Order: sequence, then C-alpha cells, then structure tokens
Amino acid sequence: MKIAIGGMVEPGSTRVNKTGSWRIYRPLYHRDKCIKCGICSMLCPDSSVKAQEDGYVIFDYEYCKGCGICAYECPKDAIEMVLEEK
Amino acid sequence: MSRLAPGHRGCPGCCDAMAANFVLEAAGDDIIVVSPTGCLEVMTTPYPESAWEVPWIHSLFENAASVAAGIESALKALGRKGNTKIIALAGDGATMDIGTLGLSGAFERGHDITYVCIDNEAYMNTGVQRSGGTPYGASTTTSPTGKESFGNRTQKKNMPAIMAAHGAPYVTTTSISYPKDMMRKVKKAVDIEGPCYIHAHAPCSTGWRFESSRTVEIGKLAVETALWPLYEIEYSEITGVKKIKNRKPVEDYLKAQGRFKHLFTKEGGEKEIAKIQDIADWNVKHYELE
Amino acid sequence: MTDNSMEKMSVVEGSYATAHAVKVCRPNVISAYPITPQTHIVEDLSQFIADGEIDNCEFITIESEFSALSALVGASAAGARTYSSTSSQGLELMHEVVFNVSGMRLPTVMTVVNRAVSAPISIWNDHQDSISQRDTGWIQLYAENSQEISDLTPLAYKVAEDKDVMLPAMVCMDGFILSHVFEPVILLEQDLTDEYLPPYRPEHFLDTKNPKTFGSFADPSVYTEFRYMQQMGMDIALKKIEEAAKEFTRIFGRDHGGLIDTYRADDADILLMAMGSVVGTIKDVIDEARSDGIKVGLLKIRSFRPFPVEIVRKTLADASVIVVLDKNISIGLNEGALCTEVKSCLYNTDINTPVIGFMLGHGGRDIPKGTIHNIINKGRHVAKSSIKVENEFVDLRGDLI
Repeated sequence: MKIAIGGMVEPGSTRVNKTGSWRIYRPLYHRDKCIKCGICSMLCPDSSVKAQEDGYVIFDYEYCKGCGICAYECPKDAIEMVLEEK
Repeated sequence: MSRLAPGHRGCPGCCDAMAANFVLEAAGDDIIVVSPTGCLEVMTTPYPESAWEVPWIHSLFENAASVAAGIESALKALGRKGNTKIIALAGDGATMDIGTLGLSGAFERGHDITYVCIDNEAYMNTGVQRSGGTPYGASTTTSPTGKESFGNRTQKKNMPAIMAAHGAPYVTTTSISYPKDMMRKVKKAVDIEGPCYIHAHAPCSTGWRFESSRTVEIGKLAVETALWPLYEIEYSEITGVKKIKNRKPVEDYLKAQGRFKHLFTKEGGEKEIAKIQDIADWNVKHYELE
Repeated sequence: MTDNSMEKMSVVEGSYATAHAVKVCRPNVISAYPITPQTHIVEDLSQFIADGEIDNCEFITIESEFSALSALVGASAAGARTYSSTSSQGLELMHEVVFNVSGMRLPTVMTVVNRAVSAPISIWNDHQDSISQRDTGWIQLYAENSQEISDLTPLAYKVAEDKDVMLPAMVCMDGFILSHVFEPVILLEQDLTDEYLPPYRPEHFLDTKNPKTFGSFADPSVYTEFRYMQQMGMDIALKKIEEAAKEFTRIFGRDHGGLIDTYRADDADILLMAMGSVVGTIKDVIDEARSDGIKVGLLKIRSFRPFPVEIVRKTLADASVIVVLDKNISIGLNEGALCTEVKSCLYNTDINTPVIGFMLGHGGRDIPKGTIHNIINKGRHVAKSSIKVENEFVDLRGDLI
C-alpha cells in the first residue's frame, strides 16, 4: 500500500476489520417466530443483520459485535442473545 | 442505498453508526458527506480504511458547516451541483459548542446543505466530558457528581431554536430511536433547497452508562417523558409536533442510565429530579406536546 | 523596459493589481473575510464578480477567517481552484486550518497582506504574521513591488497545483507599502495567463461517481510518512518554482528571478539579505554605497518556503559578511527568521562567513535609507574584525524604554 498524495482512501474498506471477534453474546435467530418486520436489520449499527428477498434475515457473524439491540427490539422475541462459545 | 460498511470501530450498539445509517438510507447515493472530528469520524476512517461508500471528508473539529459550504459553492461554480446534496454529520460538541460560528454563518448565507447534529449530550470521543448539549443533572467526567455536586448545573442549549432563528427553511428534531421519523425528516431536508438542520437525539450506551441493547429504548423514553420533544420548524414557525399519549414521569428515563444514578442515591436527589420534571413540563407546554 | 511595455502600463493600487491577477487566474471559489489592510483586494474581487467579469466563480462572503479557509478545504477537495486573502489576526485565526490545508495537499493560493500581530494591536506592516506560519507546510513567496505580487499569483497556482507538489501557497505583500500604493503595473493579460496557467484538474476530488474518503486519521504507523511526503512536495517545489519563473519570463517577458534574485551581488563583500518591499530601499542604498566604493550587494529571498538552501549557499560563498534584515523576531531567541535560516544553511559547510542580523520595521516603523547605510557600516566593521553583536533591534527609541 502506497499513500496517495493527500491520503485518499477507498470506500468501504473497513470490511477488512472483522469486528465479530469483539462479540461476547451472539444473536440466535428463531426463524419460526420471525414476522419479517425488518426492525432488526434497520437498527443494526454494524449492518450485520441482512434482510433476504423472502423477508427473513441472516446474521453476519464476521462483523456482528453482539450489542443485542436486534434481540431487545424484536417484537416477537425471535432473536435470543446467547453467550459466545470461543 | 448505502449504509456504513461493517468493520468500523464504533462501540457495540453505537448511536452514531445508527444515525449515519438512517441518514445514508434516506438521502441516497448522490451525496457528499462532511464530518468534523468526533467519534463518527474516528471510528469510520482509521487510515487506510473507510466505512464510507459515498464521498466523505473530514477537515477539523469546528468547521464542518464551512467545509460543506465550500463544497456546495465549488459544485455550483464547476457546474456539477445537479441534485447532489451536501450533508454534514456532526456531534453535539462540534455543533453546539466549538462549531457554532461556522454553522451560523453557513445558515445565514443560505447554502444548500443539510446539517445533522447527532446529539449524545457530551464529548464521548475524548471520554465523556460535558458539552453545551449535556442535560441538567447528568454526571460527566467534567461535571461529576460529588459531595457538593449533582452533576451538570445547566440545561441543554436550545440549539434548534438558535438554528430556527436563522429563518432556515427547515429545522427539526428527531431521535435515532424513531428511524422512520428520522429518515422521513432527512429525506424532506435534502429535498429542500437551502440550509436545513436536523437535531437527532442519540443515546450513547458508553457515555450514558446503560446496556448497549437498550439504546433504542432509552431514546424512546426521552421522547415519552417529554425531555426530548419531536417537532418541525419551517421558516421559524412550528409546523409539526409529535404528540405524547400517556406521558411518563422523568424518573423512568433517568433511572435507566448510570449518568443520573446519583439523583436516586444521594440525599436531595428528589429535588433535582423535580427540577428535571419541570423541564419536561415546560416542553409539554411550550411545544403543545399533549 | 521597452516602449511597448510602457504603453501597456496602468497606474493602479497594489491591491488592484493583485485582484486583477487573481481574476485572470480564473478561480472557482473565493472565500474571504475583510481585514485591514487586505480589504481592497476582496473589494476589487467583489466588484469583478458584481460586474460578471469572473466566469464560473462563487464568492463566499464568509463570517470569519477560520471559516474562510475552511470553506476552501471543501471547495478545493471538490476540485475547484480556490483563493483567499488575509492579514495578521486573520491569518492567526486561520492557523489550525493553515496546517490542515497543507496536510490534505490542497493547492489553495492565498495573498497575505503582511501586517503586525497584536498585542499591541497595529494595522501597519511587518512580517510576523506570515513568518508565524512558517512550519505549516505552505509555499511562501514574498513580493518586492506591485508588479511582482501580480506576477507571483499565477506562478503560485502553477507550482501549487503541480501534481507532484500539491501544496498550498501564500503570496506575501507588505501591507499599505504595497497594498495601498499606486504604481505603474502591467496588468496580466488574460490570453497570456491562460497560456501560462492550465485549468486545475486534480487527480482525486470529492466525486459521487468515485466516492473516496478524504481526511482520515493516521496512527503512528503511517503519520510520519504523511509528513515526509509533504517535505518531498516542498523539495520538488524548489525545482518547479525555478521552472515556473523561467516559463513566466518566456511568456510574459518579465524576469523577477526564481527562488531568489540578486542585485550587484557578484563581487560583493557585504551581502545584504531581505524579503519584501524593503528590498526596493536596499537597492537604492546599494547604488549610493557603491558610488562611495563600498562593495555591497543583495540577495533577495523570493521563496522563503521551500527555503532555497543550495542557491543561497552558492550565492553567499564569496562574501566577507552576510547581513540579514528581518521584519520579524523569534521572541526569546532575539533573532529574525531569515537570519536563523541563513545561519542554519551555512553550518556544516566550508563557508565560514560571519552572519549578523537586524530586526527592523516592526509594526510599520519606517526604514529610511540612513538606517540601511548604518547597517552596511556595521557589516563593514564585522568584515574587518569580528562579530560584537550578532542580532540587534534597529532604531530602538531609547527615550521609551
């Protein structure tokens, strides 16, 4: 990597930093309870809850920091925070 | 439609990341973002990485509005303005304290920019020191509770009123706990020609001391207790208010946060809580929240 | 001077010559805040805008100098050719942004109308303001007269915007002495200026189609290299300034020198050094002293940053004494900035010529010819014997202290 004059940086390049390693609690998805409201994916500060075409979500454990907002705000308790196994 | 790329260094449950995501989702890709120094800047752009997928610039702590004004002027002069919107995303310290001069100047001159203050009510990036946005009674590292102190002695600066006094076409409050409200207001602001100001309340689990999972809940309590009223102002006139049904007492908001804990454990705390209730009552009357 | 050039001359104020030079450089964004003695420049530019004489240009009448330069950070990063002008307190208020512009490698050009710094408040000329920005990573050029300030303006853009330089440039002119004085000047021709100065086309700019991030924070593993690269830009600017000056002469037919200029320096025993308008007075005094048989000459610094170490060494090599005149002081060192630089570039060389410094002209104090004659005489004594006083204030009023 050479520094450009002015130090400009490429977009979206934080993806190399896998923040999933920060996680203490892990979101566990109960797909059967999910009503596809999309609140979890909208709120996730790390864009790690991704809505699929069918409306269900998948979790991106490479980046999920385990903040628990998705689980706390889920209106149907379809997400449960469980201790991360390392 | 973009959001911040993952891998940024925001704390788990970061309010800045949520605010940035709502702005990015609402404003679309034809934007240029300016951020002053602060948590959002530091956590998203450690060289050589960036979480931004739109053009983004950071210069200094106190000049986001001036930089935004310069970009807007350049695009106009170069014939590149089109529908491109310039958006400043700044913290409460950068907005309400150190950057007020440039912000006021940019709004007085009428640049076509949208300025979003992400207000987490203290200097979080440097370790939770009080700012002009810190509310009455909050304990911060420079307004600590102590033998003779109940925390911060002043009430939040009414920044939206100051911005409204510029006669801006659109000034509004919102909260990251109401994403749809926030995104609607961002969309409205960027569609308006001229300077628009959005003041977004943003609970910070690190600085306010609550569980990161409760970020959204805490922000809702601020609105439901009338400590953070949601309203819209167009050309200095209030044109929209979010009414509160079944208003909650301020204790419900305060007791959920470590920064107000002393109000419940220290002798005389109830008097301080009563003063904070007076602030909420004033908001209800002034903004006709009920 | 040819008859032709006499015909092209107009008698204008130095500020007007500057504003006109800025106009023909085709800036896209001008952002400035009024401060004495810079005001006439921004007033003249405002009138050009009001009369529709600058195409594709926005003038931001901004609320402070801090924001004036901040707005140019945004404008320059967006790909605009940018301009500001300030003086004294305004430059000091900008200070944080001054560093930032250079660190971000944005080639803004700013005219600094040199004025003393408060306290005590003074509107008159010295160089303390621009000298206080010495280490900010800006190219600093100093003009002797109105023609030179005019001619340095497109040169500053040309060098600053060079893709291997990409550093901002200050063009410095003495407040009132140059800014408010009417002199005959050849105003820069638009067609020649267009030939000399191509449009600004940066490699990277804030672009929604190519969304880069500008202004990241750097941790200790990379910060050093950012600074090193600024110094590399300055090193390249040394060559580029010389080239740009030669090309200026080729196109416009006027020659003010390159990084430096000299006057009767070839055989000089006593070599004076100075920057700015005092050079005019010094040249007159040199002529008088020469007629008395005193072998005195001048090395005029045009580029203070980058500092032209090699050419200064070469020019000073044969002198018996070097006499440096500074309109500024490093308080606590009791020395002017140019004197420090000169001493610094002679140390660790074979040149062992004595250097003495004189601090004068503070806060607009007049510098009469007699003062320069006295300074030359002090230089003659040093050349014959040795240094008694290395640095001194000139024309101090003993009755006040």
